[in-house]
Amino acid sequence: MSGTETVIEARGLTRTFRLGSEEIRALDGVSLTIRQGEFVSFMGPSGSGKTTLINLLGCLDNPTAGEMSLSGTRIFGGGKSLSERHLTRIRRDVFGYIFQDFHLIPTLTVRENVALPLFFYRKPGTAGEVERLLGILGMEHRMHHLPRQISGGEMQRVAIARALVNRPAILLADEPTGNLDTKRTDEIGSVLQELNRTEGLTIVMVTHDAGFARLGERIIEMRDGRAYEG
Amino acid sequence: MIGRFRIAWKNLWRKKARTFLTVGGITLSSWVLVSLLGFNRGYENALDRDIDNMGYQLMVMAKGCPYEAATLMLQGGTGLRYIEQSTVDSVKAEPGVAMVTPILMQAYFDPNKGENGGIAGYFGVDAASYAAMKPFLRFKKGGWFIGENAEEVVMGFEAAELEQRDVGDMTFVPEKNVQLKVVGILERTGTQDDGTIFVPLKTLQRIAGTDRITTIGIKMEKDADAGGLEARLYELPNVQVVSFTQVKQTIMKLVSTARLMVFSIVIIALLIAMVGVVNTVLMSVLERLPEIGVLKAMGAMPGDIFLLIWTETLILCSCGGIAGIGLGFAFARFTGVLARRILPYAPKGGLVEIDLRLAAVTLAVIVAAGLVSGIVPAWKAGRVRPMESIRSAI
Repeated sequence: MSGTETVIEARGLTRTFRLGSEEIRALDGVSLTIRQGEFVSFMGPSGSGKTTLINLLGCLDNPTAGEMSLSGTRIFGGGKSLSERHLTRIRRDVFGYIFQDFHLIPTLTVRENVALPLFFYRKPGTAGEVERLLGILGMEHRMHHLPRQISGGEMQRVAIARALVNRPAILLADEPTGNLDTKRTDEIGSVLQELNRTEGLTIVMVTHDAGFARLGERIIEMRDGRAYEG
Repeated sequence: MIGRFRIAWKNLWRKKARTFLTVGGITLSSWVLVSLLGFNRGYENALDRDIDNMGYQLMVMAKGCPYEAATLMLQGGTGLRYIEQSTVDSVKAEPGVAMVTPILMQAYFDPNKGENGGIAGYFGVDAASYAAMKPFLRFKKGGWFIGENAEEVVMGFEAAELEQRDVGDMTFVPEKNVQLKVVGILERTGTQDDGTIFVPLKTLQRIAGTDRITTIGIKMEKDADAGGLEARLYELPNVQVVSFTQVKQTIMKLVSTARLMVFSIVIIALLIAMVGVVNTVLMSVLERLPEIGVLKAMGAMPGDIFLLIWTETLILCSCGGIAGIGLGFAFARFTGVLARRILPYAPKGGLVEIDLRLAAVTLAVIVAAGLVSGIVPAWKAGRVRPMESIRSAI
């Protein structure tokens, strides 16, 4: 389902963190290109830099060094980055995020959680999207439940619906099945593959599960902050 | 469709105890504030009413302390010094005087009044001029005395109730062993007239064994020069003049000290409530940092987050403010009773007057104070960086 247009291009992305006097290099000069419609899996053990990389690719964090462009627009580079306001606009225009811990708002119903991004920003053509996505993900019967009243697998499906409600160009999923059992993991895997095939959605996924990583058409292995492909 | 108010409202329900405590603090501040403002207005109005119900704007009396004398007058007590009745004609002749009424006040100890006895106040009045001065007086039963030497009384509403007298009954003047016939009972006025027994001036003079009077009540002509008239009256021998504007100012000065203290307490209560709001909202923001990070990842601008948190502050303050105003309305009477016990002088009638305008002003002050308190937490929440805040949950 991948096209030819490059949506993400990164060169020498580096991210260091300071822990007291110690400097930790979480990402060490990662370069990669992701094309439209690709399903890319980043795989590796804990602390290998997968989450740091996906956060940089999703403009949730700034690199210490390196460059990154989104569809030809320079986001980071030359030690500079766009303003937080500008980055927010890019985040809501381009990305949908699925977090490992779901991060649903516990006081809002399933429907309200999914509709939340539309409250901040509504892209044209998203009318009825909440119901459509909940229907596709088999959650329409749980629409008025609170997150604590549904299972972990259902919570993750709600998180997926929320990530997709504003019709993002790229879906970023950080350990989307990290908290789920095998049955639920397979369920979520099928949903992601279906979205990639039918909707042409670009998916960038992080997982430490080799089997789940194989859902992607490209698997990039992360070790000690470096990316290895093929 | 989900709205800002709904999200904020639901957030506040997460920590019910904390929210209730904060709202409680705001409620107390609002209650004290609205009661104080209501007292401010109610006291002044009640004092104005008392003074208006005197029927006259100036009093001429024998030399002595004017403030004490005025207070005695307002409380229905007696002036202890006398002036010659001829002074009435001198006063009447002054330009700017519309009406005068001579009064003789007497107080006798009645051993049967209350548990340990009490003072019975008698006003010797000239029915024609006194009634003309107080056109609002209405009779519940009967009417004024027939003649100026009649052995009759007109009783104020409370005096009649206290002595359980009706028209046609006889009443006994303590200390003097004189019986007078009740010919009229006044309707309730809410003034000191309610507790007064009115006797024809000449009759009371005879009972008291004097041909003098204690007071002359003066009603000025419209647009009369009050200052000039007062100055001219001071030229009369052995008299002093009490203007009720002056009395009001003096009483208001006395009360302002108590008011200032209460106002200081209100400021402190308001500050405590504001600190409470800052604490609640800030705690709530810090606890929800990962969530706020997720909202920003979804595309929420700093202004969106700021408004969301500010809406929570608005809800807290509005709920507390409205509850406090409600309590202010409900306990206005009780607050008035409490103030009456504390204050050196309290006029008759309700001392705390709260209306919708005052309620709106109080709510505006509380909400404004709350919104100012909410700026810091809301600004802090708006500025969080998504990844840092999401990571803070780990």
